[in-house]
Amino acid sequence: MQKQEFTITVYTENQIGLLNRIAIMFSRRKINIESLNTSPSEIEGIHRFTIVIQEFEDVVRKLCRQIEKQVEVLKAYFNTNEELIWQEMALYKVPTDVIAEKVKVERLLREYGARAVVIRKDYTVFEATGHREETDRLIKALEPYGLIEFVRSARVAIIKDSSGFHEKLKEFEAQEPGEGVIENEYLGKGTEVFSM
Amino acid sequence: METAKITKTQAQGAAAQTAGAQGAAAGATPQAAATGAASGAAATSAAAAGAAPAAQPTTTLTGSQAVLEALLAEGVRTIFGYPGGAIMPIYDALYDYQDKLEHILVRHEQGGIHAAQGFARTSGQVGVVFATSGPGATNLVTGLADAMIDSTPLVAITGQVFASLLGTDAFQETDVINITTPATKWNYQVTDATEIPAALAKAFYIARTGRPGPVLIDITKNAQQQKFDYAGYVPCQHVRSYRPKPIVRKEYVEQAAKLINGAKKPFVLFGQGVILGHAEAEFKAFIEKGGLPAAWTVLGLSALPTDHPLNVGMLGMHGNYAPNVLTNECDVLIAVGMRFDDRVTGRLDKYAKQAQVVHLDIDPAEIDKNVKTTVPVWGDCKETLPLLTALLEKKTHSEWMGKFKELGKKEVEAVIHNELNPTTEQMTMGEVIKILNELTGGDAVIVTDVGQHQMVACRYAHFNKTMSNVTSGGLGTMGFGLPAAIGAKYGAPDRTVVAIIGDGGFQMTLQELGTIMQFGAEVKILILNNQFLGMVRQWQQLFNDKRYSFVNITSPDYVALAKAYSIEGASINVRAQLKGALKTMLDHKGSYLLEVMVGKENNVFPMVPQGCSVAEIRLS
Ligand SMILES: Cc1ncc(C[n+]2csc(CCOP(=O)(O)OP(=O)(O)O)c2C)c(N)n1
Repeated sequence: MQKQEFTITVYTENQIGLLNRIAIMFSRRKINIESLNTSPSEIEGIHRFTIVIQEFEDVVRKLCRQIEKQVEVLKAYFNTNEELIWQEMALYKVPTDVIAEKVKVERLLREYGARAVVIRKDYTVFEATGHREETDRLIKALEPYGLIEFVRSARVAIIKDSSGFHEKLKEFEAQEPGEGVIENEYLGKGTEVFSM
Repeated sequence: METAKITKTQAQGAAAQTAGAQGAAAGATPQAAATGAASGAAATSAAAAGAAPAAQPTTTLTGSQAVLEALLAEGVRTIFGYPGGAIMPIYDALYDYQDKLEHILVRHEQGGIHAAQGFARTSGQVGVVFATSGPGATNLVTGLADAMIDSTPLVAITGQVFASLLGTDAFQETDVINITTPATKWNYQVTDATEIPAALAKAFYIARTGRPGPVLIDITKNAQQQKFDYAGYVPCQHVRSYRPKPIVRKEYVEQAAKLINGAKKPFVLFGQGVILGHAEAEFKAFIEKGGLPAAWTVLGLSALPTDHPLNVGMLGMHGNYAPNVLTNECDVLIAVGMRFDDRVTGRLDKYAKQAQVVHLDIDPAEIDKNVKTTVPVWGDCKETLPLLTALLEKKTHSEWMGKFKELGKKEVEAVIHNELNPTTEQMTMGEVIKILNELTGGDAVIVTDVGQHQMVACRYAHFNKTMSNVTSGGLGTMGFGLPAAIGAKYGAPDRTVVAIIGDGGFQMTLQELGTIMQFGAEVKILILNNQFLGMVRQWQQLFNDKRYSFVNITSPDYVALAKAYSIEGASINVRAQLKGALKTMLDHKGSYLLEVMVGKENNVFPMVPQGCSVAEIRLS
């Protein structure tokens, strides 16, 4: 087994201190977080964390169980890159005069799927979204023209075959615990997993 | 001198705690509880403030009063604690609650939290501890970590500086929430009094439900002082992101039963989950129907009477020979409420590889954590065991049981006989425990500290009642014994509490003798003095060529020390005095300290050396 990139998706209550509670679960195991994004979800009071790490699948599985054990965590999923659709957003600040003079801007934008978000006399800011390699390519392209500043967001990801966590999230609103909240991952896979 | 004696009222308080919890769980009448609490509060606040009680339905309380009302509503009667500037408003309010809430002033906050742990472990209720901010709060950390790893239900309440000073390095400010995060099941900082009833309700609910654990509530001084409209206390029954119990999946119960019914050499390992789930009777019925030999982890001790015919002994590093060796011979391993700690499993890659594993646990994160499970049975074992028992075929595995007996005999010959009936002049720890068993009949609560004496006590002490063994298992905290024994006595006031402690560990928290002196908790303190930090010395002897590096420890005159605290005591160093001295200790009305000088370089065997398989257990 090899370490590979996993994206962990955690749904939590919106509580002060929870970021720390989750982050120390990684540091305790000496796992480096490659990228971490947290933001409100579509449900009021529920936040969504997207955390990218390089790890062994077994470690990630156990880690997710431990994360899920935290009182304020509703659910933790982990996925490989194949199981996800994800994007990162990047902003590039470049001197306007150089760009205007030396680059065929419209071509550049089309080629990299970028767009200009600010155009000022002194600088212009482009935005591009995509996978790491894609946003990296645009750095390469802009670097010769005096790239002033660059910033990239953490990953945001959507699970390809998740069957509507939105519905499940709503269940948590109910007073009574919803069925299937603590999932038995082996359920329905009896013979596969439990070859005796 | 205060002379509060431990009486039945505490036991009733504990009963009320359960009743409160059950009432809450059943969704009985939270309103009724709330009104009750509110009217009580009205009376108290009226008395305190000398004002007329406010008209219903709300009443004005300070945050501090609301804290104490919450404790009363949760059935708490005993609090262990230590005051200070940042928790003074709560202590001030406590002054008016003295007839309802007994506060035990310990001598160190670590003593306070260990006492709360001892209380929880013998009463089955949530232990409560108070501490002030800064140093008071940081002194709780060891106990929180201990309670976390041993799943002990606790609510720790700490004072905090004024909210306006948070983050300014104010006097006695520490970031208690962040310091205690990894050592608590949940923690929360209250900065506004109106949050108090709900925060405490949530704290008690989380501490006692599911896999129990410690919860810390940090309350800023302004919130303690602030007056607010108190609408009563509503116990918590639901936290949206918290599922204390997984849903029991019947098909896995069926698969587990099938596996057990088909087994030739089934073997049960049980841990504290049986005790925490109050499932002792269900567990007994389970092993009796299946004719299943069962071995205990240190924390599972006392869940099954020692002399039960299916009880085959202790697991782990200093456990018994047969259960360790046969772990690697059984065909179906059934783990009940235990978590395959590395002290139990030894080397994992050589642990029970031949066996199919059935794991019953309330905590889904425990399944497959250390040992790969064939069939997981998620749930509270109080619910899952009867379901499983119903599907079991009645069996007696007499041939298989015979193997345990056979290996057991080998251990008796190689180790136990000499330990319990030594021919040397020096006394052994084992013979002390043996005579203690004879005198108590297995009825006592045994609290131990950490070291050789702990392992010897766990190996040889007899138990015929549950919740009788209090020890620091997962953290192995020296200094735990004496304060935990004080708390254990409050948790089980009608029972004899014997604290078995090494000369090293006793010197870590001996200041709690002062607590015993002041509050009269009746604890029998048995110091097994080998003049060494014995367990470390044993390792140095076995693994470091006898390089005894700083394990030689001197002791004060313990009897004189006890006397200074008005506690009677004796010290003996010859076998002829042993039985009489233990009897004097047990018969004495009140606390008593007995020091027994034991062999300096005796070792605890058997032993699974670190990094070895359980089957490589050494008899000498
Ligand atoms: C707080 C703490 N510090 C250090 C240790 C490491 N330790 C484990 S056992 C032991 C020796 C205990 O000596 P003593 O209390 O005399 O008991 P004995 O082993 O001699 O019975 C030590 C130092 C520990 N468990 N806890």
